[in-house]
Amino acid sequence: MAATLAIGHEEFDSRGERRDARRKALWLALALAAAIVYPFLDKALGIDRLASWIPIFVFIILAMGLNIVVGYAGLLDLGYVAFFVIGAYANAFLTSPNSGLVQNGLVPEFLQSFWPAMAVAWLVSAIFGVLLGAPTLRLRGDYLAIVTLGFGEIVPNFFTNAERVTGGPSGISTIARPPTIPLPGDNEIAFATTDQRSWYWLILAVAVLTVFLVTRLYDSRLGRSWQAIREDEIAAASMGINLVKTKLLAFALGASFSGFAGSLYAGYITVVYPDQFQFSVSVILLAMVILGGLGNVYGVILGGLLIQSFDRILAEELNGPLHWLGDRTGIAFLQEHDVTQDRLLIFGLALVLIMLLRPGGLLPNARRRAELTETVPDPLAAPAPDQPVDTRGSDMATAGERA
Amino acid sequence: MDFNWTLFTQYLIIGVATGSLIALIALGYTLVYGIIELINFAHGEVFMMGAFFAATVVAVSGVTGESSGAAVLAVVFVALVLSMCFSAGVNFTIDRVAYRRLRNAPRLAPLIAAIGVSFILQNIGIYWKGSNPFTPPSLIPAEYRAYNILTEWFGLETRIRFRLLDAFVIGVTVPILIGLVWFVYRTRVGTAMRATAQDREAAALMGIDVNRTIGIAFLLGGALAGAAGLIALYYNNSARFQMGFRYGLFAFTAAVLGGIGNLAGAVVGGLCIGLVWSFSDGFMKQYISGWGAQWTNSVIFGVLVLVMIFRPSGLFGATTTEKV
Repeated sequence: MAATLAIGHEEFDSRGERRDARRKALWLALALAAAIVYPFLDKALGIDRLASWIPIFVFIILAMGLNIVVGYAGLLDLGYVAFFVIGAYANAFLTSPNSGLVQNGLVPEFLQSFWPAMAVAWLVSAIFGVLLGAPTLRLRGDYLAIVTLGFGEIVPNFFTNAERVTGGPSGISTIARPPTIPLPGDNEIAFATTDQRSWYWLILAVAVLTVFLVTRLYDSRLGRSWQAIREDEIAAASMGINLVKTKLLAFALGASFSGFAGSLYAGYITVVYPDQFQFSVSVILLAMVILGGLGNVYGVILGGLLIQSFDRILAEELNGPLHWLGDRTGIAFLQEHDVTQDRLLIFGLALVLIMLLRPGGLLPNARRRAELTETVPDPLAAPAPDQPVDTRGSDMATAGERA
Repeated sequence: MDFNWTLFTQYLIIGVATGSLIALIALGYTLVYGIIELINFAHGEVFMMGAFFAATVVAVSGVTGESSGAAVLAVVFVALVLSMCFSAGVNFTIDRVAYRRLRNAPRLAPLIAAIGVSFILQNIGIYWKGSNPFTPPSLIPAEYRAYNILTEWFGLETRIRFRLLDAFVIGVTVPILIGLVWFVYRTRVGTAMRATAQDREAAALMGIDVNRTIGIAFLLGGALAGAAGLIALYYNNSARFQMGFRYGLFAFTAAVLGGIGNLAGAVVGGLCIGLVWSFSDGFMKQYISGWGAQWTNSVIFGVLVLVMIFRPSGLFGATTTEKV
């Protein structure tokens, strides 16, 4: 009864839904336009925060990839940083004159520049997604989380220690930047350190492409399979979904986006070293995905912007007003406190509070919300007084057994 | 190259001492997992809190290495008891505030909350003692710091060192372990814990207050972590807000190795991981060039991954089928 009503309601409301979709598209277009023109404002208004926004976009690309694994397929990956490392080092190995592979002439000439290396990094990350995902397939939720965490520790540790290949703790430097693109007239698009606008737009473009791809994946046949196994693995398997293939594709596609992110990031800062990739990176990404809303692309963007802008911009900016307030009120704590010291607290609080208060995240995915609010019925809970306990059924069952 | 027995024995001693320490932490994971099947990710940070609190207690007491022997022993004992109480309180509070409300939520929700709690506690550690490693207030009298029991007590002519510190670790751990076994197997509350671990519903039907029992498991686990905190503080002579992460994961590996939920298994697993740790840190580099302490993380996490994939019930655990 309720179901038919709901369907009727949906049909009745389809015009409203279309209006919602149009409004959503409008907001997105506005946000995108703002993001595109931002570098001009940054310069004109003297904000000087372009260098903070670039890593924020890189982290949003990463969060999109993690969203596939954790949000869509429900596989809690605590070692996602491993793929970020692999993507970044893949680019470094191919394009840096300091890498052992290049020095020994193992890298063909055409691969030694940014774009081909990025494609290879994408592929290599996806392959490692499969390689590290395959052993975890039989494991259930919490064990899978810990095994992926183990991989997330082993991979950077390997890059720290295998000095002959990876340059050890100091990593690999002079990674190639994208070649300058000549434009008609005297103009060109150069990826330089001094003017970072080209970098900003490039990474924004990749981020937008990522968001588009991940959104499309959600509604695809594959995306629906992921959601099915997230909700009930056994039911999904009996509906003919190939669990192994579907899960491996989640790991591979999730990891492939970190190949983009890693190689872009490596090219942008031109040096990779293992200490950039600690466990906290995996947790920050997880906090971004969970704060915004597991499985909802727009939620993840929102969560990512909140967490990252706090981490890279707001924490520094808040120090000024806080110290000013401290000076005014004479509270020593406010005068001396450094907000950038609070980052772990903020990430931790985001995770705990979201789990306790709003498990679907700030912008919950509708289906996900239904899953999370559905609790295991407590067999010990006393039946509500207005619901008479139906003992007849069980009596009949026992009677049937006796007979 | 000949097998170096002196070094082997030396690393064996260090491994057993480290292993006892890990066993104490591993028991906390196992106690909690055995009952509510939650990986208490914040347990390593509870251990760190214990170490920090012990450092504060010693500093407040004003007793230093120059004080009389009786005063030092008294402060060690008081700091041990207080840091056990403190960590027990922290662990209990975490459960009460963060995990209890998620008891019936999907399985991953409390794990994610636990990760969050662990980050919050790390940040508290930063507020408390700063983000750099610190040395604990001096407590061990100078002449005992390198005191070698083998030469001083037994008059052996040997280069192997069995320091008073190693003896201290084992001497504190063993009575605590015996106390725990007595508690779990010989008291009513312990029986209630085992019953709850076996079947929560049935235990509740038998009149056991399940929430109280779970709380006691958190108290016990926290107390063990607090003891480990004090021991680690003086065994390593250094502490840092991040110390809980490595110790915690190594101890979790130990718990998994011994079969999570299995008390004896956690102790044996702890000793195994302690030995692996000490041999990977020191002994291996005699034989494999380029090997050193820096590979230990990979080795132990490798053990973790392999055990979880191939023997998820641990080395001694019976194979269990997954509950659907």
